[in-house]
Amino acid sequence: MSFQPVLLWSDALLFILIATIIALALWARRQEPLRAAWGRVLKDGVAMAAATVLAVFVLIGLLDSLHFRERLPDQPGVPARYAVDVSSVLDALLSDLRARSEKTYSAPLATHLYSKEALADSAQREFPRLKHGGAHLGQDLSSHEFDIALRVSRGCAGGLVIWLLLVSVWCKVRGLEFIEMLKVGADGTAMRPVILTMLPILLLFGVAMSLGGSYHVFGTDKVGLDVLYLSFKAIRTSLLIGTLATLIMLPAAILLGILAGYVGGWVDDLIQYLYTTLSSIPGVLLIAAGVLMMQVIIDTHPDWFATTAERADARFLALCAILGVTGWTGLARLLRGETLKLRELEYVQAAQAFGVGRFAIMLRHILPNLMHIVVIAVVMDFTGLVLAEAVLSAIGIGVDPNTVSFGSMINTARWELARDPIVWWSLVAAFFIMFALVLAANLFADAVRDAFDPRSSA
Amino acid sequence: MLAYIIRRLLYAIPILIGVNLLTFALFFVVNTPDDMARMQLGVKRVTPEAIQKWKAERGYDKPLVWNAAAAGGAKLTDTILFAKSVRMFVGDFGRADDGRDIAREITTRMGPSLAIAVPTFVLGLFVAISFALLLVFFRATTLDFAGVVLCVAMMSISGLFYIIGGQWLVSKVWHLAPISGYSGGLDAAKFLVLPVLVNVVSGIGSSTRWYRTIFLEEITRDYVRTARAKGLPERVVLFRHVLRNAMIPILTGVVVVIPSLFMGSLLIESFFGIPGLGSYTIDAINAQDFAVVRSMVFIGSVLYIVGLLATDISYTIADPRVRLK
Repeated sequence: MSFQPVLLWSDALLFILIATIIALALWARRQEPLRAAWGRVLKDGVAMAAATVLAVFVLIGLLDSLHFRERLPDQPGVPARYAVDVSSVLDALLSDLRARSEKTYSAPLATHLYSKEALADSAQREFPRLKHGGAHLGQDLSSHEFDIALRVSRGCAGGLVIWLLLVSVWCKVRGLEFIEMLKVGADGTAMRPVILTMLPILLLFGVAMSLGGSYHVFGTDKVGLDVLYLSFKAIRTSLLIGTLATLIMLPAAILLGILAGYVGGWVDDLIQYLYTTLSSIPGVLLIAAGVLMMQVIIDTHPDWFATTAERADARFLALCAILGVTGWTGLARLLRGETLKLRELEYVQAAQAFGVGRFAIMLRHILPNLMHIVVIAVVMDFTGLVLAEAVLSAIGIGVDPNTVSFGSMINTARWELARDPIVWWSLVAAFFIMFALVLAANLFADAVRDAFDPRSSA
Repeated sequence: MLAYIIRRLLYAIPILIGVNLLTFALFFVVNTPDDMARMQLGVKRVTPEAIQKWKAERGYDKPLVWNAAAAGGAKLTDTILFAKSVRMFVGDFGRADDGRDIAREITTRMGPSLAIAVPTFVLGLFVAISFALLLVFFRATTLDFAGVVLCVAMMSISGLFYIIGGQWLVSKVWHLAPISGYSGGLDAAKFLVLPVLVNVVSGIGSSTRWYRTIFLEEITRDYVRTARAKGLPERVVLFRHVLRNAMIPILTGVVVVIPSLFMGSLLIESFFGIPGLGSYTIDAINAQDFAVVRSMVFIGSVLYIVGLLATDISYTIADPRVRLK
């Protein structure tokens, strides 16, 4: 075996999360109201287009969550050793981008470095040629623009061909004519928005791949790393922050919310006291206090972590946990209120009269009827958490400096705005990718809320 | 109503005790003062004497909750819990790591924080409610749809980009206002324009959408139909009837944040170099000045509780039917 798989804690949690979602989806298929609600989401064009974009992000995030350590070259008489740094499948796929680092900043698609340097063979300070950006052009740069145009059109063509292939396969499966597929309402399902969204995505990927082969599409950062590669890496951080923080808080919020609402009495008082106290501390400050304390723990116990990746991962998970602790109070309060209402309904009282146990009632009769609130809360929280990560990292209480995230990208890039000419590309790349992610999540969350909220369908 | 206010204030006491115990646990039990000293002095090669000195300087060299060595009442009072946490109730926050009195620092830094927060709050509220009323006036038209799309798009942009974009466009390209900084007196105005503007713009998306939903819920009510039936123009219906009846949900979201305006905005103040409470907190976080962070947590929760009480009182003013008992 030429590599050793590494399972970071955040990877494990992510896989648990995905398994839970699949299990819940299978369960929801048998529940009439949940199936109806998801059916409404499936028929919503905007929601499906947003879901397609999200799916692409999730795929990238998943590829970046399969971690391994590469095996070092064998030496006779020494047992197999593995590299210290942990890479992911995404790193392996983008090894080209990762390896081709320059000396320092260079603009997108540039052939020369951003700053002048004294060269060996001339007396003046010149812009040195990039090692990798446009290296195939050699010394003759007259065909630079033409080369870019050629590669863009080649990438577009590639993307288009893949898209056509995918659509034809789908047509074959559904037994439809190609052109019918693109008409409104041709198919009962909402494949049309999915197919139409796939086209720009594939075109963009085609162009990025074709240009990324010999240029730095988004330029390079201060230490010469390809910004496109960093943006891909930041996606996993965003996705994990958005989902794991909710996953961590969900069991506590559901359990305490239902207990407070159903059992009442001193249990209710205690739980209410608990969440009122927690929510009365301003969120940012509680997070700051938590992160400070976590930093002390991590710094005073360096022996707990074998690799820097594990250490960064521990800090990352602690951040998720702290965000979760500050976030569960709102959901618990909502669930408590809804449980108070449900408790008085006839079917719950009938179950009580039949002598069904308290916990059985909470599990079988209350919990399923709260699921819509939970689903809405999970999808609505996602964007807030993604945006919060950027802000927290910018004020120094976010992810580990070794973890690539949009927050840390923005934070390092903002100090470069004072330069002249300004270094704008890291910011612009982070802006567009984050905007796409958050916008898609917002649109999807709205559709889910409309579909699940009983008030909106009435 | 007075009885209600007094009772609510009494309820606040156990919550503040809870906050206090929580921060105490977070700052002194999860990590012992020894850990903090080791972290601040550098993990490796630190002598026990240096740790002792660090602790003594900050008054962390006492037992946590029970001082068996002391006599009588001092068994309880000569401890970290009493000296560092309980004394916060009487406004004694102790000293920061740089030796300055935290309470005095807070009073001087309150001014700049309020100078940013109050205009932002008033302007933001006014702009968001006006836009929301405009969208509701043109509801179910293309303008409404475009407005909502714009709101969702604006919500999807991280606040950081508003700040960076604002600094770049207004200060660097147009040279209309300084990029950051602050000065006292009337000069402050030119430093305040940009942060206030950025803050208002970054909040427009989500708040406009929120108020629009509230207004749309009101507009389906019977009294609105009655008002239209008696021939009132739509403008009057919106301003005189819908806006006033939507006050309760609006107040719920708005009044609670008013006391917290003192705390300032961490992000805006640190990016624009405003010497307010927000940047004080940020600086303390980065310098790992635990005493300051602890004090800000305590003050923040006091202000939040005051905000909740103010919300209840504001209901009685907005809606005479509400009686607080």
